[in-house]
Amino acid sequence: MTSGISDYRKQEESITLSSSPAGEGLQQELMTINMGPHHPSTHGVLRLIVTLEGEIVRDVKPIIGYVHTGIEKTAEDKAYWKVIPVVERMDYLSYYFNAMAYCGAVEKLLEVEVPARAQYLRVIHLELNRIVSHLVWLGTSALDLGAISVWWYCFSEREAILDLFEMSSGQRMHTRYFQIGGVIEDVPRGWIERVRAFTKTMRTRADQYAALLDKNEIVLQRLRGICPLDEQTLLGLGVTGPLLRAAGNPWDLRKAAPYCSYDHFDFKIPVGTQGDNYDRYRVRHAELYESCDIIDQACDGLPEGPFITTDRKVALPPRHELATSMEALIHHFKLVTEGMRVPPGEVYNPIESPRGELGCYVRSDGSSKPARVHMRDPSFVNLQATAPMTRNSYIADLVATLAMLDPVLGGVDR
Amino acid sequence: MEVTRAKLDDDFRIRQLRARDMLRGDIPDEELEQYVEERVLTTTLDKAVAWARGNSLFPATFGLACCAIEMMSVVGARLDIARFGFEAFRASPRQADLLILSGRVSIKMAPVVRRIYDQMLEPRWAIAMGACCSSMGVFNNYAIVPADKFMPIDVHVPGCPPRPEALMHGILKLRSQIQGDPPAGWRERYGAHGTEEVLGDADLPGVNAVNVFQSGETGSA
Amino acid sequence: MPDATGLELIAQDLRESNPDAVLGTGYFRGEATVEVAPAALRTAAEQLRARGYSFMASCHGVDYYPEEPRLGVHYQLLDMPSVDRICLKVRVPLDHPHVPSLCAIWPGANHPEREVFDMFGVIFDEHPDLRRILMPEDYEGHPQRRDFPVGGEPVLFTYNEDKVPGWSR
Repeated sequence: MTSGISDYRKQEESITLSSSPAGEGLQQELMTINMGPHHPSTHGVLRLIVTLEGEIVRDVKPIIGYVHTGIEKTAEDKAYWKVIPVVERMDYLSYYFNAMAYCGAVEKLLEVEVPARAQYLRVIHLELNRIVSHLVWLGTSALDLGAISVWWYCFSEREAILDLFEMSSGQRMHTRYFQIGGVIEDVPRGWIERVRAFTKTMRTRADQYAALLDKNEIVLQRLRGICPLDEQTLLGLGVTGPLLRAAGNPWDLRKAAPYCSYDHFDFKIPVGTQGDNYDRYRVRHAELYESCDIIDQACDGLPEGPFITTDRKVALPPRHELATSMEALIHHFKLVTEGMRVPPGEVYNPIESPRGELGCYVRSDGSSKPARVHMRDPSFVNLQATAPMTRNSYIADLVATLAMLDPVLGGVDR
Repeated sequence: MEVTRAKLDDDFRIRQLRARDMLRGDIPDEELEQYVEERVLTTTLDKAVAWARGNSLFPATFGLACCAIEMMSVVGARLDIARFGFEAFRASPRQADLLILSGRVSIKMAPVVRRIYDQMLEPRWAIAMGACCSSMGVFNNYAIVPADKFMPIDVHVPGCPPRPEALMHGILKLRSQIQGDPPAGWRERYGAHGTEEVLGDADLPGVNAVNVFQSGETGSA
Repeated sequence: MPDATGLELIAQDLRESNPDAVLGTGYFRGEATVEVAPAALRTAAEQLRARGYSFMASCHGVDYYPEEPRLGVHYQLLDMPSVDRICLKVRVPLDHPHVPSLCAIWPGANHPEREVFDMFGVIFDEHPDLRRILMPEDYEGHPQRRDFPVGGEPVLFTYNEDKVPGWSR
């Protein structure tokens, strides 16, 4: 079967397999296996080429690109505000964050100010999205470890939050609620009360998850002391977010470089000590409580006012004005057909997403379509830490570490 | 200890007596035929097998992107797919018979999807969940491919992402298809045959509406 | 961000070691950018790192078509203790798209530089493993260049269903 190598296999010839075997020893048999893109434990379509010596992982090479959608290229083809739904679908668990990074970048370029009420509403939605993302992470990670029922508990809480999203914007996921200059619509009556009721139940639920998992013998054996990575290596790799915080570095953009009124709120940053998998789990779990705190404070202090900027060159005018005002009609027409014109320049807007620093680079050439949109996705950079973390650990630890890394392949591949 | 017999109603007593007569062979022929018809479900083997297949689909765990999260919601507690018997998601394609393509299929992933579909054993079905795999979805660009181009799809579920209820609707439509009772298309339901677009010569330029693209063109906002 | 004067001081320091390293500075919307010549990229990066910008937040590529030099690579550097960001920019023409790789300084530049190579065709010298990362390995072309078509499928209607090649029906 010499000529039977299919084109598909030929693609893999260029992948240099593992370098020289680690460690000395006369009798080592290194086996390179493929944890393919279709696998129950890789979170998404991640392909890992794992070099094993028995059960011990000697090297891991991630191969990505299996859900590459050319989002950044599509974004160059659309008007500025039409890019928002496209960009939201990148990191599909933290859709509000993608929209926030992009809208923040364009607002920087336009030098348009977001009204206070819009900022607070944005914060509430962002923190609710953070809770959703952490719940899905917790559910799927517990599933990987074998604690299958936690998955159902987390997803049932997630349904409660998606109900809130549906109430405010009409959609459960990818809501295009954030627009350039604010949010698309004010929240309906009764929404704030429901959010408050939710955060109360969320705290109880988070306590229940802790009671199930925190001191569970199996979880401790699977996660405690497994695959630690020190802070310096993580910083060299560009890792941010809960992974870096678990290693002891309290870097959080919400505190370090506050954006969108985060400096109005009082919350703590959970930080780990050893940087192992258990700390990563505890840091994300503690962030659930902090997000509930932020949401409560934002609900209490929600100011009155417009929910989107009043600059008609950026935001659509309210519908009732279209019947009476000629300028409103013209602005509406221009915005919908052509889009807004953005002064030329380049801007990089970083925010803190549930996985780390999510940055959006937008280059404008003065027209109504962006010349380049690039999202610096945290999972893309964090994935480089897989190999250093899992070297010389067991396959089971590889699975647990991937779960604790929380990669979302939509963001990795874009 | 007192044993009290529950008072049986008359209908039940009659059925009891007839059953006793049947076992003794006391029922005359015409009445016997009617007796059997009331109690026995006759069917062909195909239909029975189709009924069983439809009620025990094993979906493959095949989440690609955002639609996968909504597919996970279908398995979740609110919209419970286990009510229908489909909760056994199999990781191995050899054991699965339903491939729910949830998410965008990139050109790098398409051969992998096809291999997985090929590894599934007959009878197998595929649901294209979401707009990205049915058509190109939100992204009409170089990087993704609609699933119909490389594998047969039975049901398309539109949405971006489709609500879990929508996915459930699609799965149940597939189930009725499997059980030999396919739902009628809308033209049959509303008696609208004869409303299909028939153009004399599709190669003629300047066809009809403004938003109809000629083949070879792509759309852009 | 370093403010405008701080940026000029940084540029001056970089020029001290190599007078034609810095090709320009930019201060726009509160963000500082230093453009350096490709040959001087590594020394400039090391100098910035010694000044405190020790975290590489992002490495991404831009196609400046139709301006020349066309391909740009941006390195976003971050100084965590003082929360300062600076963007280190190089621009290379299409006929000689070579940029020295910064993987030796920041191992986390590995995947981002591969992505810039994949999407734009910028070749990073001394990169440990420069091959395509997002597109299939045998893909031809660099998709995010401005002159690469967006691509896509024609919208299918009943009349052009059989005219579209590859449609399985």
